[in-house]
Amino acid sequence: MSDSQITVATSVHEEVRNPALLHHFATEQQQRDASSLGMWIFLGTEVMFFGGLFCAYLIYRLWYFGDFAAAAQTLNSWLGMTNTIVLICSSLTVVFAVYAAQHGKRTMLLASLALTLLFGLAFLGIKGMEYREKFENHHVPGASFSFVKTVPGHPDEMANPRHAEIYFALYFIMTGLHALHMIVGIGIFIWLLTMAWKGRLTPEYNTPMEIGGLYWHFVDIIWIYLFPLLYLIDLHK
Amino acid sequence: MTTDTKIEHSSSLGTYVLIWALLIIGTIATVVAAHIDLGPFNAAVALAIASTKALLVALFFMHIKGAHERLLKLVVVTTIFFLIILMALSMADYGTRYWS
Amino acid sequence: MSTAIAQPVERENYLNTQYGVGSWLLTTDHKRIALLYLASITFFFFIGGFFALLIRLELLTPAGDLVQADTYNKLFTMHGQVMVFFFLIPSIPAVLGNFLVPMMIGAKDLAFPRINLLSWYLYIIAGILMLHCILTGGVDTGWTFYTPFSTEYSNTKVIEAGLAIFISGFSSILTGLNFIVTIHRMRAPGMTWTRLPLFIWAHYATSIIQILGTPVIAITLVLVVAERALHLGIFDPKLGGDPLLFQHLFWFYSHPAVYIMILPSMGVVSEVIACFSRKRIFGYSFVALSSIAIAVFGFLVWAHHMFVAGISVYAALIFSLLSYSVAVPSAVKVFNWTATLYKGSIHYEAPMLYAFGFLGLFTIGGLTGLFLAALGIDVHVTDTYFVVAHFHYIMVGGALMGYLGGMHFWWPKITGKLYPEGWARLAALIVFVGFNLTFFPQFILGYLGMPRRYFDYSHMPEFQVLNVLSTAGATILGIGYLLPMIYFLWSMRYGKPAPDNPWNAAGLEWQTQSPPKTFNFDEEPVVTWEAYNYDEIDKAHPEEVHVVG
Repeated sequence: MSDSQITVATSVHEEVRNPALLHHFATEQQQRDASSLGMWIFLGTEVMFFGGLFCAYLIYRLWYFGDFAAAAQTLNSWLGMTNTIVLICSSLTVVFAVYAAQHGKRTMLLASLALTLLFGLAFLGIKGMEYREKFENHHVPGASFSFVKTVPGHPDEMANPRHAEIYFALYFIMTGLHALHMIVGIGIFIWLLTMAWKGRLTPEYNTPMEIGGLYWHFVDIIWIYLFPLLYLIDLHK
Repeated sequence: MTTDTKIEHSSSLGTYVLIWALLIIGTIATVVAAHIDLGPFNAAVALAIASTKALLVALFFMHIKGAHERLLKLVVVTTIFFLIILMALSMADYGTRYWS
Repeated sequence: MSTAIAQPVERENYLNTQYGVGSWLLTTDHKRIALLYLASITFFFFIGGFFALLIRLELLTPAGDLVQADTYNKLFTMHGQVMVFFFLIPSIPAVLGNFLVPMMIGAKDLAFPRINLLSWYLYIIAGILMLHCILTGGVDTGWTFYTPFSTEYSNTKVIEAGLAIFISGFSSILTGLNFIVTIHRMRAPGMTWTRLPLFIWAHYATSIIQILGTPVIAITLVLVVAERALHLGIFDPKLGGDPLLFQHLFWFYSHPAVYIMILPSMGVVSEVIACFSRKRIFGYSFVALSSIAIAVFGFLVWAHHMFVAGISVYAALIFSLLSYSVAVPSAVKVFNWTATLYKGSIHYEAPMLYAFGFLGLFTIGGLTGLFLAALGIDVHVTDTYFVVAHFHYIMVGGALMGYLGGMHFWWPKITGKLYPEGWARLAALIVFVGFNLTFFPQFILGYLGMPRRYFDYSHMPEFQVLNVLSTAGATILGIGYLLPMIYFLWSMRYGKPAPDNPWNAAGLEWQTQSPPKTFNFDEEPVVTWEAYNYDEIDKAHPEEVHVVG
């Protein structure tokens, strides 16, 4: 494999050096490319991190399909769909923010960042509502777990509560980990909003915006998979 | 200092809105399809739609499409490959465990 | 280029440019961070070694009379955890890799110096947590944390140990991330991929494994901690869970992890063999690509740790076949190193002695891995001392020898001092003899049926002779390890000042002063030569092959 560019030997002279350019990089392009590659690789590690959970989920869903379907149908798929739409809208506002930063449009940048934050908080709010409902119904794994329901499509067969508990364990760990990443994302975007307010995101230097955006889209992609897998099992039954 | 700054080929705002619309449609389609009995294919359809949505986000929102080198695509493909390995080779065990 | 003139005045370098604890604890200089790691991993090596000592003392007699059974379980568990996660996995990448990767490619630092420092702090936090765990009761599940013992029945500090390893995993991930971005983005002009030292290729491959594998054990430990804390049933068969799922997820990382431990060592061996045979590495591209192949294939074989655990026989067959294939790239390397030695001008300095040791011991370790990959043999020798001997041949006879060889090779560069060559050669021989005496009897013990992780073998008293030999060997090995620590420390104060290139070695790192300046190069180098251009180097300076300390 070969990179299409080899660093040119001329480094930037000290007097005209952009203060955002760190000392060990020769050019801003190199710094930008390094940051971008770094974030993509980090996202790769995140895919593998969630991937272990998806693998566990895959295996148990195949083993205990009926019980998983019963458990999944106690979730509110409309709230799940709403949350999916909320995140998709937030991804749109993120790309608008990146565009605005690249083109020097301050108002658009600030508005897009603020909207992204609002969408993110809305997502967490809806998730919180869902968690509370699960807590009230004793569907949180642990000492007070209780699950009495029939298997969808088999009205005379009760779902195995032990298997349903595995479903809920995975549900809470997967969506909880996702929510944790959302919180971190919101933190990152608050920081970006602050930087934008101070005028530090410009067409010449907007790398934090770009890589912050990559992180946010990744969290969106995880939810794009979580939603159908967790919420939409055998809804036709 | 903009002379050597290569901005990733950015799509236009219109393209972004189009992708957004496709994602919303995909979401609705997923929910609708889940209410139709497709037998064993419900999961496959759901995953196919989800993967299409993920691809759209990655290609257009995360700018892989306009990336000027193949390295980023290699990172994505490699990661997905090893995730599939984890699941597929685990299934080599789980799928055959109860064959007598 | 070797200079024989001693420097009367100490030149400014990365060590003397700033003094004070703050300048070390807040440094972003990759070379200082490498030394921070050196101190930390050496500390943990002592701890892991201490547990090994107790294990070997217990096994001197068939009866379990030194410690109690539960204590013995803790000893081998913590020996494994500390040695694997807090010594071997960081060792070469965090010390030699951090120090050399930027210099070998002509860069001023790694791509993300602050993340490099963060990586060390994560390691330290993990280490403190692990230390606390050890001092307040320890953990007895085996380093492999198998469920449901670890999640339900063990009454030791599983959660704390799990968290410590979780945090150390992120240290490892960040190091790997830093290396990959650095190697892609920070190479000097003219340093094309095919001119890179094989040390760089090895670290690149290692970093791929760190990036892709470590997150999986991270999430697995999260699941174990969650299950233990909340009594979930993910891995508990009574509650519908599958203990084998834990093993699949655990070994998905922990097998590639062994390649994290060996690949950097192979990188060192390439550098050392080339230098001390004064030849290019034979089959450079094969060796480079075999590193990548090991990284890729290493992810396909994990269930060979589970052949008798209850996986399906069809899966076992697949994994057995894949495990055979992963040996091929390693063999390619061994053949190429051997071909490099052929008709080379061989010199027997300490680094080369360690490289020779590596060649032999890694070959034995690797071949015995193939025995284990054969299902029929594995059924008999799995969970016996045969397995213990196999992995110690690779990790100690292989990885640790490479680490020691690398430390000796680059010591003059790192410290600007020469170590005493006579003592170093003696220590290398002692290590080699001690190592073989410790672990070869274990192959025999395992084959004869002595199970691993047993503290009491009084029902098989005939095993005592071999165990005594093994403990004797371990004592000699321990002396062999202490010697370098002593003379390395001695050399920092009293050693002869090292020339910039004492070995007349190829490689950009040798073009810097010893010790290097903070930003490595005065001017960005422009590379126009191939790697390992020893024929050119020796032609230019036929009278100076190398300087011996």
